[in-house]
Amino acid sequence: MTINDIKRILQARTLCEGESMEREVHTACGSDMMSDVLAFVKDQSVLLTGLVNPQVIRTAEMMDIICVVFVRGKQPDPSVLALAEERGITVLSTDMRMFAACGHLYENGLRGGCDI
Amino acid sequence: MAQAMTFTYTVPGDDFTRAGEASSSIKKTLKKIGVAPDVIRRVAIAMYEGEINMVIHAHGGQITVEISSDQIDMTLADTGPGIPNIELAMQEGWSTAPDDVRSLGFGAGMGLPNMKKYTDEMTVESTVGVGTTVRMRVYVHQ
Repeated sequence: MTINDIKRILQARTLCEGESMEREVHTACGSDMMSDVLAFVKDQSVLLTGLVNPQVIRTAEMMDIICVVFVRGKQPDPSVLALAEERGITVLSTDMRMFAACGHLYENGLRGGCDI
Repeated sequence: MAQAMTFTYTVPGDDFTRAGEASSSIKKTLKKIGVAPDVIRRVAIAMYEGEINMVIHAHGGQITVEISSDQIDMTLADTGPGIPNIELAMQEGWSTAPDDVRSLGFGAGMGLPNMKKYTDEMTVESTVGVGTTVRMRVYVHQ
């Protein structure tokens, strides 16, 4: 699926458009702990989180994550979006809760990219 | 690469929002000189974890990165409180981070173990009340 598909499935708003909304993505992860994202995530392209601070974008940058989705309608401040724009990372915001957002994406074919 | 390159960064200890700037800068440099993406990622993650640790626990510090054709060496030195028990600090899940750090998404006790996981060599020297120096090496050719 593409980032545009994610936007549609999650009824999300685009807060920052990264390099391309038509980029293909195959795997995603969901976490509010960036420590865990750094420790357990491998080759995922999309991060769903309810945490809103600049370190979410920094973590995405280090992990080569190309799209961050803020769940529960979270709205980052402009400095977070400016950082994302600078790094070419797409930022979406959905009113869905984490569980529902992950479930919808999974149902539509996006996977976790992990063995278990 | 003909000559080794050395970069030095001062990590401010009082500004969590700026943590990661040094790692981001090194990531860009490595990309520019054509280092393999997998190596770049390992260096970036390990250094970022270290940088975050410096801000959370040690009020900042100094990072020196030496890039040569064979390896990337990172030295993270701080004058923070030091680590009383390094063996314990290396265990996954062991954390002394305060609750306000957890609310920022860090402090799960995965930092040091993760730095070890992503690098080829790592040493930690620490003296309580004096500071901590972490040295990490990643080989460019796997």
